[in-house]
Amino acid sequence: MSEWRDKAEKAKGKTASLGADLDLSQYSRGKEWERILNLSQLPGDAKRTALLAGVRSDEGFRCGTYFQLDHSAIFESVKREFEGKVEIMSTKEALERYDWVKDYWWRAVAVDSDKYTARAELEFDNGYFLRALPGAKVIFPMQACLFISQNGISQNVHNLIIAEDGSNVQIITGCTSLDLGRGLHIGISEFFVKKNAKLTFTMIHRWAPGVDVRPRAVAIVEDNATFTNNYICLNPLRTLQLYPTAYCNGENSIANINAILLGSGNSRMDVGGRTVLVGKNSRGHVVTRCVAKDKATIHVRGQLIGQGEGRGHIDCRGLIVDEANIYAIPMLDGLVNDCELSHEAAVGKIREEDLWYLMSRGLNEDEATSLIIKGYLDPGILGLPRELEDEIKGVAEIAAREAL
Amino acid sequence: MLEIENLWVSTGDKEILKGVELTIGDEETHVLIGPNGAGKSCLTMTIMGIPVYTIGKGEITFDGKDITTLPIHERAKLGIGLAFQNPPVIRGVKLRDIISLHTKKVDDILNKAYLSQEFGSRDINLGFSGGERKRSELAQLFAMEPKLLLLDEIDSGVDIESMELLGEEINSFLSGRSALIITHLGYILNYVRADEAHVLLDGKIALSGKPEEVLKRVKEKGFREV
Repeated sequence: MSEWRDKAEKAKGKTASLGADLDLSQYSRGKEWERILNLSQLPGDAKRTALLAGVRSDEGFRCGTYFQLDHSAIFESVKREFEGKVEIMSTKEALERYDWVKDYWWRAVAVDSDKYTARAELEFDNGYFLRALPGAKVIFPMQACLFISQNGISQNVHNLIIAEDGSNVQIITGCTSLDLGRGLHIGISEFFVKKNAKLTFTMIHRWAPGVDVRPRAVAIVEDNATFTNNYICLNPLRTLQLYPTAYCNGENSIANINAILLGSGNSRMDVGGRTVLVGKNSRGHVVTRCVAKDKATIHVRGQLIGQGEGRGHIDCRGLIVDEANIYAIPMLDGLVNDCELSHEAAVGKIREEDLWYLMSRGLNEDEATSLIIKGYLDPGILGLPRELEDEIKGVAEIAAREAL
Repeated sequence: MLEIENLWVSTGDKEILKGVELTIGDEETHVLIGPNGAGKSCLTMTIMGIPVYTIGKGEITFDGKDITTLPIHERAKLGIGLAFQNPPVIRGVKLRDIISLHTKKVDDILNKAYLSQEFGSRDINLGFSGGERKRSELAQLFAMEPKLLLLDEIDSGVDIESMELLGEEINSFLSGRSALIITHLGYILNYVRADEAHVLLDGKIALSGKPEEVLKRVKEKGFREV
């Protein structure tokens, strides 16, 4: 542990290679919160805000919940019928309970990557430990909420997600805040998808316009395992920079990194997806759909690194409305001659002929524009089960309506 | 229902329609034929109000109302429905999204256009064959229930068997409505009874008359000699 702290100390002034540089001294610590017995004890505005990020306080269609308010883990539960299949607790508790957890800690993400990873170590604020036990097939998703309620604080979470051998699990996480002047969310997520496991992780971000967001996520995917990382951010925020990376180390391993983004207001988003194809017959897909409007700027990055006999494809489409900008930056690094990597990217404004076509069906220009934008943000690309897709579609529709 | 007087239309620097006169009465079906480039699609798109075409002179009246400068969606709301010859692919927008603007009975409409329910959930025109695009256009018109149908080469790209089925649906749908049908190959006339036919040549109506007589003359003499 002291080795990590030493590295973090040395990296605490290290600027990240991408995204606006933040002065971390601007963010303070807030007060701690007491635990609650059930989610109905959450204040009404917190319940409503969490729901808009996909977190259900009634826990319907969920197998369990982790809820963190600012720095404090205030609620964890696994429904009785799923006990023995999944484990949900804070990462602080997991580190205390299981000696082996430290073997995963900072194994996928380097603690000294930049000042944000360093801060997550030096001012560690919990985070979720979600684990699907070997062979567990769980239909209902686990849900986790990382909520910021106090103005001016930084929430520094470190999450650990393990899908053990042969498990099949869905996770939905909502990261959100009240309508704050300023705030910072640093989220380290380390994923381990073991042999023959399937993990689908869907993260919805719904922040206030004054919040800066710096997630750092890396997944290790073993033989015959599939990892899907879905990221959805449809509400304005101050700045966002993330570049989730999956290492397809196993034979026949698959990583899908998908993102749906709506940048509005003055939002500055820099969102990437990287897959490193190491294992024989590994596959990687990076799919992004984004809409930038008002004065927003979105950088969309995709990178495939072919280190072994693998195949990968990057697919990025962006729609520009108003005075916004989109920069699409696909990168293909073929390091061996038996990898197959490809990309397609298209960025532009709404085509007039599309608008005219929809107007000929009776929609006025604003309605036609709105329908096209909603179509871009369709969660159908995420490969989710029908019920979860419908839920996320509802969340996306509310966010799109607010933005448009 | 539709009255077009001395219509002059251009796109860019090119004049396409040069004084078109056309009247379609209530519950009348008219057919428009002509060589490639005569301006047939330009005429239907202009009636619909697609702004790539600029009206230099003339007037279009629909249902007693001057619509010459009306925006597209208002013409649609008045009851004009266009089946596009080359409808665009719009990613993310589903056929179901458009049909459900007009009716809750989406699956019934798809059945009527001989499309499986799966088509409702597909991005509009993405990966559709030529025939599927035409059926999708028809499905949307079935849902809109327009007073005036503008069918632009609805019979091209559709195989004979499908045309037979679609032809019957179109024929029954036309009952009580007016229509202007553009056809290149004339297949649709095997199923639809037209009241009048017109030949558009170099941006003008060069010949009008009973459909069988007009078609016979075109077959005998070609478009240029009508």
